[in-house]
Amino acid sequence: MPNIFTVSPDFTPSHLSGWYIFNTWLQRATNEPIRLTLYDNFFNQRQAIEEDVIDLIYANPYDAAMLVRDKNFQPLVKPEGGHDEAILVVNVDSQVQDVADLKTYSIVAVTDDPDVTMMGMIMLEAGDLDNNNVRFLPCMNYVLVAKQLIQGNANVGIFLAEAFDDMSNFVKKQLRVLVRGQIGIIHHSLMMGSKLQEKHDQIQRILLDMNNNDKGRKVLESLGFEQWLVVDDEEMEFMIDLMDTLVTGD
Amino acid sequence: MINDMSPDDIDGEYKEATLILYGNITRKVFFSDREIPYPDGKLIVSRTDLDGIITHVNKSFVDMSGYEEAELIGMPHSILRHPDMPSVAFKDLWDTVHGSRKWQGFVKNLRKDGAYYWVKATVIPNIRKGKIVGYTSVRRKPSRTKVDESIRLYSSLTE
Ligand SMILES: Cc1cc2nc3c(=O)[nH]c(=O)nc-3n(C[C@H](O)[C@H](O)[C@H](O)COP(=O)(O)O)c2cc1C
Repeated sequence: MPNIFTVSPDFTPSHLSGWYIFNTWLQRATNEPIRLTLYDNFFNQRQAIEEDVIDLIYANPYDAAMLVRDKNFQPLVKPEGGHDEAILVVNVDSQVQDVADLKTYSIVAVTDDPDVTMMGMIMLEAGDLDNNNVRFLPCMNYVLVAKQLIQGNANVGIFLAEAFDDMSNFVKKQLRVLVRGQIGIIHHSLMMGSKLQEKHDQIQRILLDMNNNDKGRKVLESLGFEQWLVVDDEEMEFMIDLMDTLVTGD
Repeated sequence: MINDMSPDDIDGEYKEATLILYGNITRKVFFSDREIPYPDGKLIVSRTDLDGIITHVNKSFVDMSGYEEAELIGMPHSILRHPDMPSVAFKDLWDTVHGSRKWQGFVKNLRKDGAYYWVKATVIPNIRKGKIVGYTSVRRKPSRTKVDESIRLYSSLTE
């Protein structure tokens, strides 16, 4: 039975091949059979985690609590400089200058990225908007969030900062950033399940050493960052505590 | 362990009050009418040990409080206590987290320079291996309506 590796479904589409390259590299470097299995959406991925199918995951911070606390996953590494930040965006011609100008029952264009939506909603809360008094316009990806704003179908959109910043100038010219999140603590991490537990330190060392050789550097380049940084148990617990303070509901 | 505020640090006109803190410690504070708006898009984060002594602050915390990081670490969290805050709010905070639950509330904080800032705070216990080892507080920008409601509520509780 190979180890099943999966990647949070919010990965940048242009990095898709990068994850396959990384999988092949990791398999060789660790001498472990590893198979990359991708899921279309968070719901399906969570179901696979629930059924204990997953051994290795590049996880969304939103799922970290469940992975660590319910499924005994351990953190390995995070990408350097890879913080998740959200931005609130409006149509360039919108009258809205401040979140306080947004009215109740505003239409909010969102993707299914759980951490980005959560961070965006926290920024909207400053304008008295919350899950109970907005209408969500679900979008398959950020290009469609932009499109809905440009066409005037949504009052505000929630973007992953990186996804917004990577849009063409033609698109960005038709939009305006209302609030740019600068949280700086929330990040994706590579984590492993209990099946691989005995190899934790070895795999972590291999990953941290990746940027020290040409082959490894090339693989990292295809993922869009320069090196992995260690995530120890306490850093992960701290991030989970932080996410805990941010999730709505209670 | 917690010093009085110093009038030299205060910007502009100010009033004076004496707080009675936990353990009957008194602290003289100086405060002005100047409000510093909560910075958009940021979270103010701190952690404490079991006794509410600050063990960690992030950059936004340092920037907003007006203190240096070194002046904050090792101090009781009441270093930010504003005289307009009713003590029942903090009693509720401590009762809630002692019960391993999450506390949320609106807090008016006092800066080193005597100005103040409002936050929406969430405090949770840090549970490791089933035991509470400390507390984390994360603040976000509060809405103006909630701040106005809190001003009315707290003034009725501090009279
Ligand atoms: C994690 C954490 C964060 C806190 N943050 C604040 C704060 O920002 N401002 C504040 O006045 N009190 C804060 N408190 C409450 C203080 O510990 C203290 O109870 C309060 O200032 C009232 O002082 P007293 O308990 O000495 O009467 C916090 C407590 C905890 C556990």
